[in-house]
Amino acid sequence: MRVRVPLPLGIAAARAVGGLSRLVGAGGGTTVPGKVLSTIDPDVLDRLAARLPLGSAVVSATNGKTTTAAMAARILSPRARLAHNASGANLRSGVTSALLSARDAELGLFEVDEAALPEIADRVRPRAVCLGNLFRDQLDRYGELEHVAERWRGVVRALGAEAVLVVNGDDPQVGDLSRERTGSVVFGLDDTRQAVPELLHAADSKWCLRCGKPYEYAAIYVGHLGDYRCPACGHSRPALDVVARDIELRGLEGVDFTLEARGETRRVALSMPGLYNVYNALAAAALTLALGASLDEIVAGLSGFAAAFGRFERIVVGDRTVLVLLVKNPAGANEVVRTLVSGGPPKLGVLALNDEIADGRDVSWIWDVDWEPLLAGLDRVVVTGERAAEMALRCKYGGFAVDAIEVVPELDRALDRGLALTDAGGELVVLPTYTAMLALRDIVGDRGFVRPYWERAA
Amino acid sequence: MRIRVAHLYPEYLNIYADRGNIAVLESRARWRGFELEVERVSLGDELRPGAHDLLYVGGGQDREQALIAPDLAARGEAIGQAIAGGAAVLAVCGGYQLLGRFYRGRDGEELPGAGVFPLETVAGERRMIGDCLLECELEPGAPTTLAGFENHAGVTRLDQGAEPLGRVVAGYGNDGESGFEGVRVGTAVGTYLHGPLLPRNPWLADWLLERALEHAGAEVVELALLDDELEREAHVVAAARARSRGGRS
Repeated sequence: MRVRVPLPLGIAAARAVGGLSRLVGAGGGTTVPGKVLSTIDPDVLDRLAARLPLGSAVVSATNGKTTTAAMAARILSPRARLAHNASGANLRSGVTSALLSARDAELGLFEVDEAALPEIADRVRPRAVCLGNLFRDQLDRYGELEHVAERWRGVVRALGAEAVLVVNGDDPQVGDLSRERTGSVVFGLDDTRQAVPELLHAADSKWCLRCGKPYEYAAIYVGHLGDYRCPACGHSRPALDVVARDIELRGLEGVDFTLEARGETRRVALSMPGLYNVYNALAAAALTLALGASLDEIVAGLSGFAAAFGRFERIVVGDRTVLVLLVKNPAGANEVVRTLVSGGPPKLGVLALNDEIADGRDVSWIWDVDWEPLLAGLDRVVVTGERAAEMALRCKYGGFAVDAIEVVPELDRALDRGLALTDAGGELVVLPTYTAMLALRDIVGDRGFVRPYWERAA
Repeated sequence: MRIRVAHLYPEYLNIYADRGNIAVLESRARWRGFELEVERVSLGDELRPGAHDLLYVGGGQDREQALIAPDLAARGEAIGQAIAGGAAVLAVCGGYQLLGRFYRGRDGEELPGAGVFPLETVAGERRMIGDCLLECELEPGAPTTLAGFENHAGVTRLDQGAEPLGRVVAGYGNDGESGFEGVRVGTAVGTYLHGPLLPRNPWLADWLLERALEHAGAEVVELALLDDELEREAHVVAAARARSRGGRS
C-alpha cells in the first residue's frame, strides 16, 4: 500500500532539505528537494504544475536553452510571477524543485533537457513548447540525433489542443515539426551577409529529411542552421513568422538586429555576442509573443539581459578579468571560436576539459570542433581538467607548437598560471566544459570574486 | 616516399571525429619525412585497384550509414583485393560493422555489408557505451594496449577462427560477453573504439603507417621514434577511466 503524503507537508519537508543542502555546502540544492519529494510522491510534478494559474511553457534545444529561458523570464517577469529553473537543473528533479521553491508562482517557465522532454511535457502539460535546435551532443548520453528528433515529434503530437508550438525553422529537423500542427510559430534568420561560405566539418542534418539528398543552402548561419532547400524533392525551410534581419555583430560586446513579427519591426541591442545569441533571442521573442507579451515588452526584456551564468561571463579577479565561455559540443564551441576570433583573437587561452556525465564522458567531440582559427592566433595555451592531456593532443595534432602547450590538470593551478601570464588590467579567456565551469566558479567564488549561482538564480 | 590514403565517405561517416585519426596519420607520416595524400572516395566515386596504401572508413549515425551502405557493399571485391595486396585498413564503429557481411537493425531491416571482415552484426537490446581498454598483440611478442571509447547497439559475432583485434580488459567489446573486441584480417583492422583512437594510441597509427609504407614499396620499414609524452599521458588517463568505469552503462 502506498501512502500519499499531503502536498503541503511534502513541500515543506522538501524545501527544508534544499536549505540543508546549501547549508552543508553540498551545492545549490537545486535538484535535491525535487528528488526527495518525487520519491515520496511520484506524481508531484504533475500536481504542482497543475496548480499554476497561467500554466507552463517549456524550452528545449541542444544549445541555448538556458539562455533562451532566461531571456524569456526577463521578458515575462513584469507580467507574471514565475517558477523558473534558472540554474540550469533541467531534469525532472530540477523542474520539480523550481516549482517547490517558487511560492505563489503564476506561470511555469522551464528549460528541459532534450531527452527528458517527453516525460516532462507529459507531466507538466505545457501551453507553449519552444524547440530551438538539434546538434550532435553527448551521443554517449542522448543517442543519435535522429532518435531525439523522433521523440520530439512524439511530444508535438501529444500536445494539448490549446498548446502553441514554437520552432526554429532554420533547423531542418526542428522546423519540420511545425508541419505537425497548424498555428505553429516559426522563427529564423534572414540576413545573407551573416552567412558562412560552407558547412563546417561537423555539420549535422545535411541530408534531406524526406529523400536523403544533400540540401542546398541559400544561407548557412550556425552549424547546419540556415535557409535550406532540397533540390530533389523541394523540402525546404518553412515560412518564418518571427524574423531577425539587418544583424550587426559588435565583436565580443554584443549584437544588434531588427526583430520582425506580426507586421511590426523593432531594433534590438543584445549585450551578448554572436549569431547564436540572435537565435536565442528570437526563440525567447517567439515564445513570449505566443504567451501574450508585446513587442515592446520583448525589446525591453532583451535589452536589459545579461548572460545566463557561465555562458558568457566576465569575472573581475583583482586587477585582471576572466572571460568565461562555456563549451560543450561541436556546434556551440565552433560559435564560441568564431565569436572570439571576430572580436580580436586572444594570445593566451585556458582550455578546460572534464569528462563527467554532464560534460559527456566521451571526449571525442573536441576533435569535431574547428579550433584552428583560435589556435592560429594563440601564442600559448594552458590545458586543464580531467582530460587535459587529450585536449593537449587536440592542439598538437591541430598544428599547435608542442612547447607552447602547458598541461596543468588541476583547475585552480591552471587558473593561477593563466592569470600569471596575463598582464595587469588584461583579460584571460577561459573555455571550460560544464563541470569545469562550475568548479572554476567555485574557485573564484572561494576567493570572494563571484556570487554562487543559486543566489543569482533567486 | 608518398603514402596514398583513401578516406571513404568522409561527409557521411564522421560522427566521432574520424578526421582526428586522419590528422594523426598525416602528422606522424610528415614528421618522419613522408608525404601523405588523402583522397576522398564517396558515393559513386571509383576506387582504383592498387591506387591506395591505406583505406580509412569511419562511423556514422544510422541515417548516414543507411545512405552509404549499398555503395560500400558493392565495393566488397575491390576492398578485399586491396587487403589481399597488403594495403592497410582501419575501419571504425559503423565502418567496422559495414565491412562485415551485414548489419541487422532492431526493426529487422538489414543493411548489406562489404563482406571483407568475417563477422556479422545484429542490433541488441541495450547500447554498449563507455570507456574501453584492450590488450593487443598485432606483432608476435609485442603486446600492447589500446584505450578508447565505445558506443554501439550492434552485437558483433566473429566467425569461428576469426582473429579479434584484442582481448577486452575493461569495457564491452564486440558483444559484451566473448571478451573480444574488433577484428584483424592481415593488414586490416576493424574496431568499435571510435573517435580519437589514434591520438592516444600512437603505436596503432605507426603500425598502420608501416603497413602502408610496405604496400607503397618501402624495403625495410622502421619508423623513427617521436616524442610521445602527451600521447602516453592521454593513454594512461583513458586506460584508468576504462578500468574504473568501462562496461557499466
